[in-house]
Amino acid sequence: MHSFGYRANALVTFAVTILAAMCSLASLSDNFNVPTPTADVKVLNINWFQKQPNGNDEVSLTLNISVDLSSMFTWNTKQVFVFVAAEYETPQNALNQVSLWDGIIPSKEHAKFWIHTTNKYRFIDQGSNLRGKDFNLTLHWHVMPKTGKMFADKIVKSGYHLPEEYR
Amino acid sequence: MDWQGQKHSEFLMQILLVVFAVVAFAVGYAIESFQMMILIYASGVLLTALITVPNWPFFNRHPLKWLDPSEADRHPKPQATTAASKKKASKQK
Repeated sequence: MHSFGYRANALVTFAVTILAAMCSLASLSDNFNVPTPTADVKVLNINWFQKQPNGNDEVSLTLNISVDLSSMFTWNTKQVFVFVAAEYETPQNALNQVSLWDGIIPSKEHAKFWIHTTNKYRFIDQGSNLRGKDFNLTLHWHVMPKTGKMFADKIVKSGYHLPEEYR
Repeated sequence: MDWQGQKHSEFLMQILLVVFAVVAFAVGYAIESFQMMILIYASGVLLTALITVPNWPFFNRHPLKWLDPSEADRHPKPQATTAASKKKASKQK
């Protein structure tokens, strides 16, 4: 307090410290939110199923993804990142996860939607293990905050099956 | 600013910032708007800066009483001899 500069510095430092405290409180307040998400993924069609020249299987699917993630949004939510992954087991690997589609939900108004699409990313196996394979489709979401902790969770949908033969 | 003024300025600065922070958080949480919280707090910081940082007159209501120059002239500073002062300096060290 002995000069203008001293007081200005003290004020700015204190103001920023308080801002940090407010942001941590805002992040902590997210824990009071109890989300109730719903999601469903349907495989509408297996478009084609081939073995590539390098020996890897590839399949193209048409999916219908319908979600309601509006309960995940709080005042401290910047956006929700959502993606669908196919999960299956092979002799070489206990768990294979292949991301098929993702999207960004920018606000609560956009959080309840359905989308009819082919897989955005290629569903390729490391090997040729996909014939007749049972797989799960898991919908993951990452709730990205404006400040603080990010929450991530998922819903597993099982019971999907690939054809026995290439087509 | 005088000493009292500095004390008042620091106290005001701390109180004002905390009050604005509490109000900003409460309003932002209630109306579910992060942006509103930041807006209220930012304007609070600027207002507090305007009130407490510049050298306003109301911070100078207990000015220091410096000795009047004519009074100072009547009491000249004591002049120590150079030998005595050298000895004193070495003893103190």
